[in-house]
Amino acid sequence: MNKKHILDIIYLIASVTFVIGLKMLSNPQSARKGNLFAAAGMFFAIIGTIIIKHGTVAPIIYYLICGSIFIGTVIGWVAAKKVKMTAMPEMVSLFNGMGGACAALISLLEFQHYVGVTHKIIIILLGMVIGSISFSGSIIAFLKLNGTMKKSFRLPKYNIINTVLLIFLLGFISYTSFANQQPLCLYLLFASALVYGILFVVPIGGADMPVVISLLNSFTGLATAFGGFLYNNQVMLTGGILVGSAGTFLTIVMCHAMNRTLTNVLFGGFSEEGTSATSSAKGSIKDISVTDAAVLMNYSKTVVIVPGYGLAVAQAQHVMHELEQLLESRGVEVKYAIHPVAGRMPGHMNVLLAESNVDYEKLLEMDDINSDFPNTDVVLVVGANDVVNPAAKNDSSSPIYGMPILDVELARHIIVNKRSMNVGYAGIDNELFYNPKTSMLFGDAKGVLTKLVSELKTM
Amino acid sequence: MIDVINFLGENIQMIYFLVLSIFVGVEVIGKVPSVLHTPLMSGANAIHGVIIVGSIIVMLNTEPENTLLLVLGSIAVVLGTLNVVGGFVVTDRMLEFFKKKK
Repeated sequence: MNKKHILDIIYLIASVTFVIGLKMLSNPQSARKGNLFAAAGMFFAIIGTIIIKHGTVAPIIYYLICGSIFIGTVIGWVAAKKVKMTAMPEMVSLFNGMGGACAALISLLEFQHYVGVTHKIIIILLGMVIGSISFSGSIIAFLKLNGTMKKSFRLPKYNIINTVLLIFLLGFISYTSFANQQPLCLYLLFASALVYGILFVVPIGGADMPVVISLLNSFTGLATAFGGFLYNNQVMLTGGILVGSAGTFLTIVMCHAMNRTLTNVLFGGFSEEGTSATSSAKGSIKDISVTDAAVLMNYSKTVVIVPGYGLAVAQAQHVMHELEQLLESRGVEVKYAIHPVAGRMPGHMNVLLAESNVDYEKLLEMDDINSDFPNTDVVLVVGANDVVNPAAKNDSSSPIYGMPILDVELARHIIVNKRSMNVGYAGIDNELFYNPKTSMLFGDAKGVLTKLVSELKTM
Repeated sequence: MIDVINFLGENIQMIYFLVLSIFVGVEVIGKVPSVLHTPLMSGANAIHGVIIVGSIIVMLNTEPENTLLLVLGSIAVVLGTLNVVGGFVVTDRMLEFFKKKK
């Protein structure tokens, strides 16, 4: 019996768990099991790789491998457990970057062993370049999402610079592979790929980060597949290609949910031209007191809550749920309107509200709730902005023009809770706030909702 | 041109594998509801953590005397583990909430 065959079979099983795991992940009922299923497959693939080896390996190497896995497990586990649900998207980005860095490192280390074998060198270089782009790009996406990097600054003619750099990268890969397999070229390529990753993500606005993360995710998948090619390793190939293709598909689906095209997200972005046109939409805004807002909602028949990232940042989802239950006990019908990209990522808001025990039946997706707005007495917008901006429908010069939005302006009253008049993620003004039907309720979401709840209790 | 044909011919099984896997990847997540986009992305993120297998192979093939390679290889293993463990745990935490549906 050949030990290699046992390992091959383990890899086969692991590959199947990846496919089935992904399949189960795309259905809410089976998603959690699917994730665990894939994790189990991964576990066996890793254990198998360590135990079933050819030839002898010095014990020190085993200690190092096991020690490294231990360190990575502890850090990864703690980080993933400790992270707040609101910070989930940037965490995913960070972990994705780690995978990319791992792929790049593997290529850096293997290069010297394959000098002279041109097709292997091509594979190594491609893996390294894609892995490095994924790494530096993910770190930028992480910094943007957690607020460290707020501005999306752009070099002049950044699209041209990026394209030139990309062509340079491809040309340099061919040059290094066919003409000059020097370590110096390898390092130069490595550095250029890192720079490209940064320049690639920096001009893209924060609102589009989910799409970027999803794309970088499929990049890492691709880099993993190149690793699989290098070692002729089936499990790396399956895992890598699966994520590469599923990730690309998911990226396109996400763009579709925002009514944008991928090229528009990556190269067009939110242009600055629209801002001059939209800023003219000013008028006067109307304040409302907490008491008046409470009265208004208390005597309504239907209230629709539109939660946004502001709600998540203020950790106000639990108070929100309390408010909802209180209103329900007074005979008010309360529903939530969830925009596909509410929060920072598609589905992010559902996760946050589910965490605070909001009934699933009450969470309505955009297409289901939009027809209800004309019959809604009060819409309470909490920390959302761009997803309720009518400019997406009315103003063709607006950067978010064409994005599907929640038609809250059709309701009888609109109460908008915001911390200030600051613009939303897209960086544009919102004419909804100047609508005569709209009242502004300024303050931190948690504070305001808590006051609303106590005010309602006295009624 | 001849090189390309030779390369494809010699690796034809691999190419088949590649092409079919691409279709499987797309088909398998075909009709995912938008609610699941984030968890699915996160789950896929964990799966490409299989790159860790590559970093282990690097380590297994390294000479015990080559300190630099061992250090870099160990870092690669740590990074790969972060991707795998962090990825699966984060995904699990997101999906915890989907089970409460009654």
